[in-house]
Amino acid sequence: MNDQKDDDKIRQLLKQNIRPVNQELESDLWPQMLRRLEERPAAVPWFDWALGAVVVLSIIWVPSTIPMLLYHL
Amino acid sequence: MEQPSELLQRFARGDLDAFESLFRQFQGEVFRWIVRMVREHGAAEDLTIETFWRIHRAHARFDPERNFAAWARRIATNTALDYLKVARREVELPEDLPGSALGDPGVRRDVRERLGKAFGELPAKLRVAATLALIEEEPYQEIADALGISVGAVKLRVFRAVRLLRKQLKQLGVEP
Repeated sequence: MNDQKDDDKIRQLLKQNIRPVNQELESDLWPQMLRRLEERPAAVPWFDWALGAVVVLSIIWVPSTIPMLLYHL
Repeated sequence: MEQPSELLQRFARGDLDAFESLFRQFQGEVFRWIVRMVREHGAAEDLTIETFWRIHRAHARFDPERNFAAWARRIATNTALDYLKVARREVELPEDLPGSALGDPGVRRDVRERLGKAFGELPAKLRVAATLALIEEEPYQEIADALGISVGAVKLRVFRAVRLLRKQLKQLGVEP
């Protein structure tokens, strides 16, 4: 019973004390959106692709390298 | 708000002009929904952009028969939740409010500060449910649709938020 009363008081405190926010959008956000759309996705350098390929090929052709690779991870 | 289905079909095919039309039509609505949750104007603007970025990336998955506004609101809610999970902070409280429940202004200020701290420390999911239900007084059904959960689950989150707040306020030495 007391718990319920406390809960109601907390609801009341929240309603009374949390600051109201300005909900109006003050500017058009399209120019920012356009900039975001024009950003190029982060490119992966060719060296990383080559390194990945070496790792995959070594796993396929020389499976005994797997423990060594795991050790270095 | 009704959208011409042709516009939605063009958007789903990846047409940038259609996306721009939808952006201009819904940016205000998405912003207002986000700012109610994060309660910070600048962050809400950034999150509106992030929401539309996610909408743009997901255009191929959008079914033009669906309601765009509801879909956008759901994405906006997830975007705001992701932000709140990382950016926990104290909720800003007004300097003074005449209708406060506590009499002494000094005590009132102290309680408000502790309330803001405790509220800011709630888990993001509970905080969003409590903010929308208790502060913004949004209908439970709308909150449920935006969060992608049932009305019962929203009520449970609000209940848990209030219980957690009560516990945290007690730990901070405030008896509600």
